[in-house]
Amino acid sequence: MAPRRPKLAVFKFASCDGCQLTLLNCEDELLAIAGEVEIANFLEASRAVVKGPYDLALVEGSITTPEDAERIHKVRRMSRTLVTIGACATAGGIQGLRNFKDVHEFVSSVYATPEYISTLEASTPIAQHVRVDFELRGCPISRAQLLEVLGAFLRGRRPNIPTYSLCFECKRQGTVCVMVAHGTPCLGPVTQAGCGALCPSYHRGCYGCFGPMESPNTASLGARWEAMGAARPDLVRAFRTYNAAAIPFRAASEAYEQQEP
Amino acid sequence: MQPGDSVVIERVVLDALLAALRERGYETVGPTVREGAIVYDEIRATSDLPAGWTDEQEGGHYRLRRDDREALFGYAVGPHSWRRYLEPPSLVRWRGRRVDGGFEDDLTPGPPPRYAFVGVRPCELAALLVKDRILLGDPGADPDYRSRRESAFLVAVNCGSPAGTCFCVSMGTGPRFGPGFDLGLTELVDDARHDFVLQVGTARGAAVVEGLPHRPAEPADLTAAEAVLREAEGRMGRSLETEGLKERLERSYENPHWDEVAKRCLSCGNCTMVCPTCFCSTVEDSTDLPGTRAERRRIWDSCFSIEFSYVHGGSVRTSAGARYRQWITHKLATWHDQFGVSGCVGCGRCITWCPVGIDITAEARAIGGPAEAAGSRP
Repeated sequence: MAPRRPKLAVFKFASCDGCQLTLLNCEDELLAIAGEVEIANFLEASRAVVKGPYDLALVEGSITTPEDAERIHKVRRMSRTLVTIGACATAGGIQGLRNFKDVHEFVSSVYATPEYISTLEASTPIAQHVRVDFELRGCPISRAQLLEVLGAFLRGRRPNIPTYSLCFECKRQGTVCVMVAHGTPCLGPVTQAGCGALCPSYHRGCYGCFGPMESPNTASLGARWEAMGAARPDLVRAFRTYNAAAIPFRAASEAYEQQEP
Repeated sequence: MQPGDSVVIERVVLDALLAALRERGYETVGPTVREGAIVYDEIRATSDLPAGWTDEQEGGHYRLRRDDREALFGYAVGPHSWRRYLEPPSLVRWRGRRVDGGFEDDLTPGPPPRYAFVGVRPCELAALLVKDRILLGDPGADPDYRSRRESAFLVAVNCGSPAGTCFCVSMGTGPRFGPGFDLGLTELVDDARHDFVLQVGTARGAAVVEGLPHRPAEPADLTAAEAVLREAEGRMGRSLETEGLKERLERSYENPHWDEVAKRCLSCGNCTMVCPTCFCSTVEDSTDLPGTRAERRRIWDSCFSIEFSYVHGGSVRTSAGARYRQWITHKLATWHDQFGVSGCVGCGRCITWCPVGIDITAEARAIGGPAEAAGSRP
């Protein structure tokens, strides 16, 4: 008898679905994935749900509601290995911008009947609620990195997902540094590699979609941005995007916000 | 024609030289303008070269500028080095396929690429010789490097346009080339002339030149070439006092200045990725989803990543200061013990391409330099 295929489940919390869509976008590899795992619970692909427990859970999205703060514990209990995918799940996502403001003000100005809305003060990453076995960064995640994590899981090996800076990727590709050669502010030196240095290869500065690298020196990079003409509010905005609530980026944006321009 | 001879070729003959190299089966690689910088890529004719371009370089700063002399080599080194071709950033070292009861090799290596590097600067030629000690030495010789290196044809170009971050004079590697080239050029360009003094370095170089229009170099040509180099020597943007530097660095492992550098250092790895003598790589094994194929790749690594110094139980160098100290003391001190030569050739790339402009010459002065020279600039 063939060995039982591991059961894969995909769970969604507060997110745009782009990261789980990356799984569907695997196109060429999708049949291979379906051959190696039993896609047991993946609502974006099929309404048919095989009940847990699951061998591997891919969790997308952040925790923003009291219901989700409960639900993530259920997901954890029915998952042997839990991998969070994307900036929402690993750092709180773009909705982590609420963490810097009063969410009730948003609710009362956006919704006709604010009392129907039950939401938390802050958007938080999954790892703040339950034990996470591996975090895959990105907004959205990289298809190649997702396949690497799946391949590593299936073979029981450690995935090759580096945590060093984006600059490693630019230099290996031979992409000319946009900061040094063009004077374009770039978050690459403080951002984790993984996207293939997409923006610099199109002559744009890195936006930090993959979140802080392993030892981000945001103060030194920020000082350089200022020397290149960036104002403090520019720095606050740069650190406040998809990974705004990641601790090093959060600390940087708050520091620049507090300083006089 | 034999090694040691010097002739003069006109600018147009450079196209014939490129064609002759291509006819001999070389892929001609050299400087070209791309993405606002002078990088290395395939060049088919002199029209691919950065004619009339020069560069402006400072710590963390690089800009191309027009230069009406229309020189073909009127600039210093850019972000790329020949390392890209001799030690590719990502190289498959092994590939295997699962078969019944085991696996079989599934990588059929093709013939090594045959490159002709056109425009190898003296500092880069020196860097290649440093690399040869490391990668052709025993033990640890790298067969892939050997096959690429041995088939490479080197057209060196003396440097008449050092940049603001250059200090090859301090390192004894330029601006005039030492041995190791097949052909060596010195560009002579002014209102009256645009030609090249061509020095023959090897017999295979001589064989190429014999088929090209040339005339013997007159004393006036050699004097003009010498004047270009004399002038370049005086225009080094940086300097580094190497006398006693190794010993001073070796006494400075606990220097508080490492923490000061750490405040600026991004640990981004750019300095190591642009350095022509850095050689560190890591090996990554990967598998496909069904587990039927596996692959081992060698990719460029850097001592600035935390993983780099991972040993059982954790990383040895977790602070940026420790990593910077490792890098600079290896380059300027322990490299001598390991390979009998400095790991720095004074090309200035690590200064220019550091996003925050950390300057190896200034840090070496601050850490291991004579107190009276601290902070001084040439």
